[in-house]
Amino acid sequence: MELQIDRKAVTRCRKSAAAIADPVQAFIERHSTVSVERSVLRLLGVDGVDADGAPVPNAIVESLEAGELARGVAVTFGRALVKTGLEPNALGERIASGALKLAEFRDVPKDTARDAVTGHARKALERLRTSRDERHELLQRFPQLPPPLLYMIVATGNIYEDRTAAVAAAEAGAQIIAVIRSTGQSLLDFVPYGPTTEGFGGTYATQANFAIMRAALDEVSRRLGRYVMLTNYASGLCMPEIAAMAALERLDMLLNDSMYGILFRDINMKRTFVDQHFSRKLNAASGIIINTGEDNYLTTADAVEQAPAVLASQFINEELAHRAGMPDRQIGLGDAYEIDPNLEDGFLLEVAQAQLARQIFPNSPLKYMPPTKHMTGDIFKGHLVDAMFNLTSVMTGQTIHLCGILTEAIHTPFLGDRALSLENARYIMKTARHFGEDIVPKPGGRIEARANDVLSECEILLERVAARGLMQAIEAGTFADVKRSPDGGRGFEGVFARGTDYWNPFEEMLS
Amino acid sequence: MIKPYGDTLNDGKVQLSFTLPIPWSEAADEAARQLVVKMGFADVQVVEGRAVAENFSFFIVYASTPQTIDFESLAIPSVKTHKMTMDEIDALIEERVGRKIRVAGACIGTDAHTVGIDAILNMKGYQGDYGLERYKMFETFNRGSQVAVEDLVRFTKEKKIDALLASQVVTQKGSDVKNFTALVELLEAESLRDNVILCCGGPRMTSLLATELGYDAGFGRGTLPSEVAAFIATRMVHRVD
Repeated sequence: MELQIDRKAVTRCRKSAAAIADPVQAFIERHSTVSVERSVLRLLGVDGVDADGAPVPNAIVESLEAGELARGVAVTFGRALVKTGLEPNALGERIASGALKLAEFRDVPKDTARDAVTGHARKALERLRTSRDERHELLQRFPQLPPPLLYMIVATGNIYEDRTAAVAAAEAGAQIIAVIRSTGQSLLDFVPYGPTTEGFGGTYATQANFAIMRAALDEVSRRLGRYVMLTNYASGLCMPEIAAMAALERLDMLLNDSMYGILFRDINMKRTFVDQHFSRKLNAASGIIINTGEDNYLTTADAVEQAPAVLASQFINEELAHRAGMPDRQIGLGDAYEIDPNLEDGFLLEVAQAQLARQIFPNSPLKYMPPTKHMTGDIFKGHLVDAMFNLTSVMTGQTIHLCGILTEAIHTPFLGDRALSLENARYIMKTARHFGEDIVPKPGGRIEARANDVLSECEILLERVAARGLMQAIEAGTFADVKRSPDGGRGFEGVFARGTDYWNPFEEMLS
Repeated sequence: MIKPYGDTLNDGKVQLSFTLPIPWSEAADEAARQLVVKMGFADVQVVEGRAVAENFSFFIVYASTPQTIDFESLAIPSVKTHKMTMDEIDALIEERVGRKIRVAGACIGTDAHTVGIDAILNMKGYQGDYGLERYKMFETFNRGSQVAVEDLVRFTKEKKIDALLASQVVTQKGSDVKNFTALVELLEAESLRDNVILCCGGPRMTSLLATELGYDAGFGRGTLPSEVAAFIATRMVHRVD
């Protein structure tokens, strides 16, 4: 199916998105954050927690004075590596315990320190590339079923229970497993440590939990003869750190949006812009597909009205991801099926929006989110609405398909609920597999007219944001009716201006 | 006395579905049947049994219950006053209270799901029913998500809040009940409980549960903003009187 859309308007939208990104990118290049620096340490091999349970990377970054921090943690840490001759992890532990102080090693020349760090950084990038190659090889050996790839969520709070649920979901047809995080983790300015068995509404994202789930899914992939992907969340206050850990443990996808944290979690915008950039650089290198969060515009406000904002956000996310070196095939732009089921022709509007995204972003693995806002305790109706969502997805060629669950509004899904959800998706996608290829939408009909309306409103919105500046536009409440100030929100204290001698080895090597 | 209605009065028909942690087999169907018999049901028919994963099977069962309920004897509190429009509610407050009612709402604890509290407070409202921010006679403070109970109580004190709305969407492992209880207890400890009209909301909330928790009212799924507004307004009128 192909809608006749105004191609020139699409070009103008991309031009506006570039104009929006320019000043943001200039800001990003002059700043760093505590989370970026902690992810540098993690990539160098620093891990573990101190006696109080605080992660070692946090302890080290916090031990730096403001002047030192402006240079980036790498050189200072490199001086200690040279002088002590320790491996990064052992050195980290000594610093965190107070046995060593970074200030003791100031006499080591900068270049010697850089060389020491560069050696470890090369090894880290080697590890990232190895895990990317490993994924590539596994996908060759155990090919996935054709898209839409069925994406299923697990979220018990206990990683071992999640593992049981994930394996069962994979056996029932899931091709991607996402482990939902404990509510509130996005606001923690550190990444919890070790395997966890307690969480609320989800399970903590920790490197140990990543490894446990990856091992289980690798095992089930071999058994089923198809590679099952693993997803987590690089959003909130620790975007780059999660990206680093995910790269090391061969996660395949990460939720990662350039504006979500600002609008929906009240995280400082400067922090978010700097963090998303470095996290995406890492994702680009490790071959991780990002999923952007446009679905959130639709769950918090009216889905029909917010359609142009969704498209505008997709253009901005695409542009900022390109600037972090991400290719289209790794940019999973988001959308959701959230129009009120009581609205006449609501299905037509959904098809218009989904098809519009497909045509504008032909190489993006689009991420399509299921109905949540209008799901009620009526599981029978919910199952029907999910079926319409499934139909829209297959007919418009969406790539990543988060399966809707009939008990969405009731509880964290039961094992049987997930199986019913997967059966629904598999049935609809089989019976209507080539429907989209065989139908021609009526020229100038409702679907095509709606798509062009959304596109032209999006164009106006992007022009307005470009004229005003993205930070100012967010401040004025342009997106999702939420107003955020440039210096307000969580995590602002963790943003700092780079000194003239700032150095981040990974940034240099990944450019 | 009443019983579920299938197609004949008092046939007691119910449908059940559940998963058992065993691979599917005919014996698994029989296990499902016997389980439902043990639950006290009669005429048990396992109409569908199948594998949903290697070690799990799923069943759909129809059965008859011998149980009945004496409906006439039930006494269930309901906080839903008779339906009032926004204008009627504003007029009532203006006339009988004579000042704006100060309402604060928040998603308490670690819960980040503001969908419920936003539906009630945001100007846009829910299903065409305007939120409390739109009312002339409410001064509303939406404190957002992940608000610590201590902060909410401090805010209530500072701003002399008349009505407090606490929301919890995440209900896993009883976290909602724990947070709701913590709020009541802290309000009592600060001697503020009697100063506020205290309401709770969430997908699992019922009037009965709210009363048990020590709240004035509880609002569950599908509640319209005007229902909450009407409750607060009429309760406030009683107080002033």
